[in-house]
Amino acid sequence: MSTALITPAPTMPRDNYLNHGYGVRSWLLTTDHKRIALMYLVTITFFFFVGGAMATMIRLELLTPAGDLVSSDTYNKLFTMHGVMMVFFFLIPSIPTTLGNFLVPMMIGARDLAFPKLNLASYYVYLTGALFTMYAVISGGVDTGWTFYTPLSTSFANTHVIATAVGILIAGFSSIFTGINFIVTIHRMRAPGMTWGRLPLFIWAHYATSLIMVLGTPVIAITLIMVALERGFHLGIFDPARGGDPLLFQHLFWFYSHPAVYIMILPGMGVISEIVTCFSRKRIFGYNFVAFSSMAIAVFGFLVWAHHMFVAGISTYAAMVFSLLSYLVAIPSAIKVFNWTATMYKGSLTFKTPMLYVFGFIGLFTMGGMTGLFLAALGIDMHVTETYFIVAHFHYIMVGGMVMAYMGALHFWWPKITGRMYPENLARLAALIIFVGFNLTFFPQFILGYLGMPRRYHAYPPEFQVLNVMSSAGASILGIGYLLPMIYFMWSMRYGRVAGPNPWNAKGLEWETTSPPPTHNFAETPIVTEEAYAYGTPTAEVQRV
Amino acid sequence: MGTNFPLFPQQASTVAPKVDALYFFLIAVTVFFCVLIFSLLITFSLKFRARKGQVATQIEGSLPLELTWTIIPLIISLGLYVWGANLYFEMRRPPLGAMEIYGVPKQWMWKFEHPDGHREINELHVPVGRPVKMTMISQDVIHSFFVPAFRVKTDVLPGRYTTAWFEATTTGHYHLFCSQYCGTKHSAMIGEVYVMEPAQYEQWLSGSAGEGSLASSGEKLFQSMACNTCHRSDSGARGPNLVGLFGKPVKLANGATVMADEAYIRESILTPSAKIVAGFQPIMPTFQGQINEEGVLALIQYIKTMKDAQNLAPTNTQNPPGPDAGARPAQGMQNSGTQKP
Amino acid sequence: MSDNHTAAAVEGTATAHGSNPALLHHFETVEQQRDASSLGMWVFLAQEVMFFGGLFCVYLVYRLKYYEAFVAGSNTLNVPMGAINTGVLICSSLTMAMAVYSAQIGKRKMLMFFLAATMLFGAIFLGVKSIEYRDKFRDHHIPGPSFSTAEFEHKDHLPRDVANETQIYFSLYFAMTGMHAIHMIVGMVIMGFLIFHSWRGKYPPGHYTTIENFGLYWHFVDIVWIFLFPLLYLISRRH
Repeated sequence: MSTALITPAPTMPRDNYLNHGYGVRSWLLTTDHKRIALMYLVTITFFFFVGGAMATMIRLELLTPAGDLVSSDTYNKLFTMHGVMMVFFFLIPSIPTTLGNFLVPMMIGARDLAFPKLNLASYYVYLTGALFTMYAVISGGVDTGWTFYTPLSTSFANTHVIATAVGILIAGFSSIFTGINFIVTIHRMRAPGMTWGRLPLFIWAHYATSLIMVLGTPVIAITLIMVALERGFHLGIFDPARGGDPLLFQHLFWFYSHPAVYIMILPGMGVISEIVTCFSRKRIFGYNFVAFSSMAIAVFGFLVWAHHMFVAGISTYAAMVFSLLSYLVAIPSAIKVFNWTATMYKGSLTFKTPMLYVFGFIGLFTMGGMTGLFLAALGIDMHVTETYFIVAHFHYIMVGGMVMAYMGALHFWWPKITGRMYPENLARLAALIIFVGFNLTFFPQFILGYLGMPRRYHAYPPEFQVLNVMSSAGASILGIGYLLPMIYFMWSMRYGRVAGPNPWNAKGLEWETTSPPPTHNFAETPIVTEEAYAYGTPTAEVQRV
Repeated sequence: MGTNFPLFPQQASTVAPKVDALYFFLIAVTVFFCVLIFSLLITFSLKFRARKGQVATQIEGSLPLELTWTIIPLIISLGLYVWGANLYFEMRRPPLGAMEIYGVPKQWMWKFEHPDGHREINELHVPVGRPVKMTMISQDVIHSFFVPAFRVKTDVLPGRYTTAWFEATTTGHYHLFCSQYCGTKHSAMIGEVYVMEPAQYEQWLSGSAGEGSLASSGEKLFQSMACNTCHRSDSGARGPNLVGLFGKPVKLANGATVMADEAYIRESILTPSAKIVAGFQPIMPTFQGQINEEGVLALIQYIKTMKDAQNLAPTNTQNPPGPDAGARPAQGMQNSGTQKP
Repeated sequence: MSDNHTAAAVEGTATAHGSNPALLHHFETVEQQRDASSLGMWVFLAQEVMFFGGLFCVYLVYRLKYYEAFVAGSNTLNVPMGAINTGVLICSSLTMAMAVYSAQIGKRKMLMFFLAATMLFGAIFLGVKSIEYRDKFRDHHIPGPSFSTAEFEHKDHLPRDVANETQIYFSLYFAMTGMHAIHMIVGMVIMGFLIFHSWRGKYPPGHYTTIENFGLYWHFVDIVWIFLFPLLYLISRRH
């Protein structure tokens, strides 16, 4: 695929954002969106492995039916902290704060995000929230489940609910800051000629994500504040003993936490659109439909929250309305999958690692999405909700979809971020290991769920053991799959082949500058004259002034 | 139970085959779309892989195709919706005349009460071939009543009744799980449902019956808490007459009408001022804190037995009987306490 | 986008920014920078609307459910004090608007005066509010173990169950006014910085965007109170 580049071996640019200063202060107090992105990358990777370690303990415990490895209290804390860490400190910030931070300004031809200091502040706010939560973990943990259902969390749990809630609340501010920054940047900082119709789909996805971040996060903030106040000062808002309504908590919680699912998956969808076009050498099939479906998901995502509560005691008629809306939100996702597939038609496909992750994503996301139809079907939901079926479903979306996209994105833009290539064959092997490990881990859980094994069970009846052992075996493979990129990415930062500005021969403004880019991204502000993904035009797709 | 490595849950209720039918249909839809997408991916990968001298054909898109893959999934989705919602409606509506069992779970045990006074912990005995309606309320946090073999699940909340119903079709014993996370011993909050032949069930019922029927303990409560001072059937009563109340509409002081169901009666005991019956003063004190959920259920069961108006009226021997309160000794109530479920 | 983008690009960043020290390096023009920060503020306010929206939603649910208790709870509030506070906040909005005006015409001392006046009104509001809180504390109207329903049972002749539901009302009263007060305090802290910065001369004529954006925040906080006052004090009142 790199036949077009028969040039002498590229060299690292002399002046780039990485060598713009070496002191600790030049990193910790930087306002450069690319450096902040890297700081985020290091931090969320740390929390990914913290959450992963907890998942490992969970899978080890579930090897045997009896709860013999850890006590039930410890187990409950493990799955709670696994959920909290992965959802609030890895999945929600993952692509937006790392690749989004790095790429949003570059893709639209800007020198930085609109508010660089706010960007830096968002990092430290996130870190503070994460440390708060880590404090809660170290000083004894929290055992309410990441959903904090009342009255368990407000009146019955004896663990560090307040510290965890405050930690999540603080991290929420970081989400809001990032969202505001992206919205304003995309509105006001586009290079000349970068019209809305020419925006890369990665940008559309981040715009939709930012809307959810800005409009959804404050609702979880006020909800968690009320939970903390109820615990601390005995307000009675969610306490049935004092006239409060525990279902109201669930409504408010899912009003954010369902759209939050789209915060997690939409950026991943944006990534897939970028990679699939590059490795098919084709413009995206149905640009408008893919862009518009992101916005449709963001809007519809706010209207389906109560589908988490079909058996929670809401009225039959409310359940029927929310079920219908849930089916409608599935349509834009289906449109995307079909468009990505159609993009490959009559393309010129190469199978570098990022493309392998695209295949993984489409396959697993399709499975995850289709099993979502099971859960939206009211009669089936009655049986499979609160079981391992739902655990499998959202892991197919979150890990199979989102983390696949995240890994694909890291490989795709790694040469841009570091200026060096990762080892291709090893990376392909890791992608394969992750795919196999993932399916072995989570596919048996669909069967377990339909069999009726409830989630969050520390011990389980013996007939579920075989499937659980399969799942645990898969998890160990998956763990290796995630460690491998860790190692070779670090190796490549020093020993990787120098990539040059555009190793994939890709379109998009970020490939128009050196790798790694200079601190101000572009020597001159680019002027855009073409649609996104103009892979038909061979060279000079972006004119310079 | 069953093999050591089951892949599919037992079917032991009337709704189970219906749920499974939809489940298999959904699997078929899933397989269809997965095979479609995967085979397209594989075909394209083979057919359009990069070759020397061959360039990609740029295609902008196709409105007919976009409409196709919007409308076909939409139609399938709507079909699934209708099917699923129909089934849900059936699963949420207990048939008339279902026998009633009450559940009052708490951290971390299932406690069930049969109308005849049988109480069970982490066990539930039901007859085969008869619809059973579970009315449940939690004494602390949210739990969830889940019997996989029956495909039935409902969250059990504190402060309000939720219901589930099933009709077992096969005798045997089945798992009962708490499926809503409820604290430390969530995974130990499991029990067994025993489905028995009707004859066996009768035999089980005739075993140790405990301290009398639920209705009779309700009656004792009714008198010990002096409910009967006001809730009498005479015209001078300060509280509404409860005879024949259950299941009937009640006209409220604010003009609205409510159905006298379990939730209404519970609310009227614990927060009596919430709904004032037309023609009465809000003088009833709250019994919050003086009566537990089991007591409330006993009272409800007792009030249900007051249906039979001609030989039953709330009364007691100490109070002067009202004009039409002549012929019913308290024993009469105890007999009809084990009213047909 | 206009042609001066390209012009700036041709000249390179050094010259474009050399002419105006307040133009941050990553913006092309002052207008772009101003537009961006103003849009950012509006998006932030949208977020604030959702935050208070959640609380208002809870209020709505419980007011429908526990109307009588809300009436009783509402009647214990001190309407004159609430009215005074409403007046105080409206005055503070006026002084805030004047501060923005002063910044626009570039009068530094006037700006500092009006910011200080706004801060003073904010402090008066919080002072009055703390008196109201103290009264609630004195009357045992703080939800929780020390809550007393005596007043509602004896004075209002409410049945105990309804009297107990007033706890929900007071929970919401404290949550809503408390969140509002926290927003006021945050606003006053920022105002302190603004006064300090304007004393240091950081807002020369033409550089009023920061003041203007802060003004938007302050007006928003005032508007929240304009909703809170009738909802908590007035609409459920017995006449």
